[in-house]
Amino acid sequence: MFFELPLLSLLIWTPILGGVLVLLTGSDKNALEAKVISLLVSVVTFALSLPLFGLFDTATATMQFTEQHRWIESFNVNYTLGVDGISMPLIVLTTFTTVLVIMAGWEVIQYKVAQYMAAFLIMEGLMIGVFSALDAMLFYVFWEAMLIPMFIVIGVWGGPRRVYATIKFFLYTFLGSVFMLVALIYMYFQGDTFSILQLHTLKLNLTEQILIFLAFLIAFAVKVPMWPVHTWLPDAHVEAPTGGSVILAAIMLKLGAYGFLRFSLPITPDASSVLDIMMIVLSLIAVIYIGFVALVQQDMKKLIAYSSISHMGFVTLGFFIVFMIYENTGSWNGAALGIEGAIVQMISHGFISGAMFLTVGVLYDRMHSREIGAYGGVINTMPVFAGFAVLFAMSNAGLPGTSGFVGEFMVILSAFKANFWIAFLAATTLILGAAYTLWMVKRVFFGDIANDNVADLKDLTTREFTILAILAVAVLGLGVYPAPLLEVMGPTVDNLLQHIAQSKL
Amino acid sequence: MDFAIPNYYIAIPEMFVLGMVCLVLVIDLFMTDKSRTVTYLLSQTTLVGAAVLTFTTFSYETQFAFSNTFVRDAMGDVLKGFIYLSIFFVFLYARPYLQQRNLFKGEYYVLGLFAVLGMMVMVSAQSLLTIYLGLEMLALSLYAMVALKRDSIEASESAMKYFILGALASGMLLYGMSMLYGATQSLDLAVISQQAVNSDMPLVMVFGLVFIVVGVAFKLGAVPFHMWVPDVYQGSPTAVTLFIGSAPKIAAFAMVMRLLVDGLSSMHIHWQDMFIILSVLSLAVGNIFAIAQTNIKRMLAYSTIAHMGFLMLGVLSGTKEGYSAAMFYTIVYAMMSVGAFGMIILLSRAGFEADQLNDFKGLNDKSPWFALVMLILMFSMAGVPPFLGFWAKVSVLKELVHIDMTWLAVVAVVFSIIGAFYYLRIIKIMYFDKMEDSSQISHSLDLRIALSANGLAILVLGLLPGPLMALCAATFGL
Repeated sequence: MFFELPLLSLLIWTPILGGVLVLLTGSDKNALEAKVISLLVSVVTFALSLPLFGLFDTATATMQFTEQHRWIESFNVNYTLGVDGISMPLIVLTTFTTVLVIMAGWEVIQYKVAQYMAAFLIMEGLMIGVFSALDAMLFYVFWEAMLIPMFIVIGVWGGPRRVYATIKFFLYTFLGSVFMLVALIYMYFQGDTFSILQLHTLKLNLTEQILIFLAFLIAFAVKVPMWPVHTWLPDAHVEAPTGGSVILAAIMLKLGAYGFLRFSLPITPDASSVLDIMMIVLSLIAVIYIGFVALVQQDMKKLIAYSSISHMGFVTLGFFIVFMIYENTGSWNGAALGIEGAIVQMISHGFISGAMFLTVGVLYDRMHSREIGAYGGVINTMPVFAGFAVLFAMSNAGLPGTSGFVGEFMVILSAFKANFWIAFLAATTLILGAAYTLWMVKRVFFGDIANDNVADLKDLTTREFTILAILAVAVLGLGVYPAPLLEVMGPTVDNLLQHIAQSKL
Repeated sequence: MDFAIPNYYIAIPEMFVLGMVCLVLVIDLFMTDKSRTVTYLLSQTTLVGAAVLTFTTFSYETQFAFSNTFVRDAMGDVLKGFIYLSIFFVFLYARPYLQQRNLFKGEYYVLGLFAVLGMMVMVSAQSLLTIYLGLEMLALSLYAMVALKRDSIEASESAMKYFILGALASGMLLYGMSMLYGATQSLDLAVISQQAVNSDMPLVMVFGLVFIVVGVAFKLGAVPFHMWVPDVYQGSPTAVTLFIGSAPKIAAFAMVMRLLVDGLSSMHIHWQDMFIILSVLSLAVGNIFAIAQTNIKRMLAYSTIAHMGFLMLGVLSGTKEGYSAAMFYTIVYAMMSVGAFGMIILLSRAGFEADQLNDFKGLNDKSPWFALVMLILMFSMAGVPPFLGFWAKVSVLKELVHIDMTWLAVVAVVFSIIGAFYYLRIIKIMYFDKMEDSSQISHSLDLRIALSANGLAILVLGLLPGPLMALCAATFGL
């Protein structure tokens, strides 16, 4: 019965139309209505995404839940949707996170509540669109349109330097994506199609591949973000309201990584193989150098932002290490581990970074400061909260048993197959990550009560407790039993590897 | 010489407009300031009537009349349709503005309708003479309209600048035309087109072409012939800027098509190079200078220059797909431009022009709906999906890649990024800044509805751009 429903379209349009409905509630006099409708819409959307997981056929790598309609005939652009083992978990992550974000903004946002909630709902629909689009033009439309609500969210509800941060965010990402647009149009004339799956089989010579790869790289590297185009992220994170930071870290960064899997690797495998060293080096710089940068941050949000960049370095490392494994061992054995690890890391980072930003949000709502120095001994006044914070910090540091461990471990294992020193350098993150996260926890939560403000802190409200508890379950669940996720993505990753193993020259 | 009854039938819309202008002119003499709404309604009726006549006599066949000086084809009819539509909105938006400033005179409408007639003649021109006739009818009306507020120093200055530079451009164009005439012994574009292929005076032809391109670039406002645009846009009353910024661009596009494509397509290789330079310069100067502006009308003037650069990129491809992309771009641009200037009028009131960027501060607090409309317009102009402006840009880029000028597409997108900044700044001002003057928007319902429809059209057509694109493609037989 569910197969007859256009499930993906529903997932895209329910939150968007719901967002429009929320906008119609108008001024802040109707804030409660706006909040209730938003929560309902987000919960319904989450519920709609569950059948996606339940009915997903884990035995195949073909696209599932596909839909196809003509959209713009003269342009040969179609409204084609579908998910595979890579995009499906990300969609569920999106719907899941949005519910939490709506809840997190419940009392905190007092100004233009309807617009705030609507922006997140519309953004949710657009992000699901990005994950499920199988037409390059449709993908691009969702990809760009998504910037608009985020631009508004950071600019209206953000911190003191929000204007600078949000314009920087927009221009950086816009800069990245327009080159992708030109590349897509170029490929259209080579293959006479915008269908992503058909582009996967398009023959391109090495020069074309390298240029296209670089065009994609700009788009995706800005989004991931990779060093050295990462500088927008700390600004955007620091200035964004908590909800904005959570969506940015948990979902938007994944879009860049997803772009590599959907476009760069399968469309330009030979260029990826030629340029793998560059990508690996950039990833390692993100992992190590940005890890050190995180160590010296005074602002909690900035620290988590840098830690996100560092963790996303693992994701790109996982993607491109596979080429080196092939070059060094002549076989693709063990390559799957790298990509799977990277995807697990994506999902896990979605939970952990979301949780970390929410914990900072909890503190910020009470003290209106993100400075680490303004805190100390919070555990004495907020014991329950501190428990959660320590758990999330541990998983951010990659403690076994939490989700943070699984992905990093898999990527490092696979890096060993490629080159010992790469694996060695990547593994330093286990030390660095522990250092910057736990040091922050130590300074904020432990020790004596630093000042009167901390002494007055109240522990978690029921709403906050619920949000953090859900996330804690997710983090531990994925950490202890990642098998279902691996099972879902297994055939898709194998298929991807078979695909990139064939030269397109 | 054959004596044949000219095929008047195909020029019915033009004749109707001419008749109605005369009628409006006479009737307006008997109107007091209070009853002048009749003039307004009559003008709108003229546009609707012309649209009906054009639509009912529409055919995909190309027909000629008046000894091949006048042509009626699908492209012309579609362009005329959008000229009526945009002027309809212009008149609608302009009325409250004119009323509040004691400018609500018959002249605005009579001149406006004459300009419409001029544009229609330009669109349907099949000979050099008809083009010039239409162009001058449009231009002279516009000069007078700019000077409508005759006590204003800025307006008089703009009118003067516009007139002198416009006359200079017309002179250039005329000089170029005389060269073509000398080389081909004909004013008929079809004959010129044949003669141009194997001209025995190729040098004269190219010489003439240069002057024609200069004249055309002037009318489009392409760099380096753009200096009049910012001054005229800023100095004119907003109601007139609104007019200049909309339909005349469609007419200018038609002029390019008639002169360079219908007439001189065999010299494409020559004018393509000139257009590349003009468009790259326009994109650069338009987008970069717009950043420095604090007056929104001036900013939109520079944005127009950049948009015209994009339009020329579509034309220079020299393919039917490229022309159709450029046509789509022009129409979309006219829709966005009308909306943007309409927003300025919406915020203005007696004694307050709302033409500074800061006048948009906190619009989201004042009126979330119209802030959203402006947001749609600005993102559309910046070329961000899912709005219509994005598809206009994509169609042009697509043709550039198609003719192996990917580098030019890259240049165009780089300047689009720079351009995005000043559009974003307007949104920043509306959404992120606090309101400074708390006066309410108190314009009439028709303005609000029309402006809302304008904004929604950009969104809805952006979600479903297929039909409009197909319409443009169909006029070129694609």
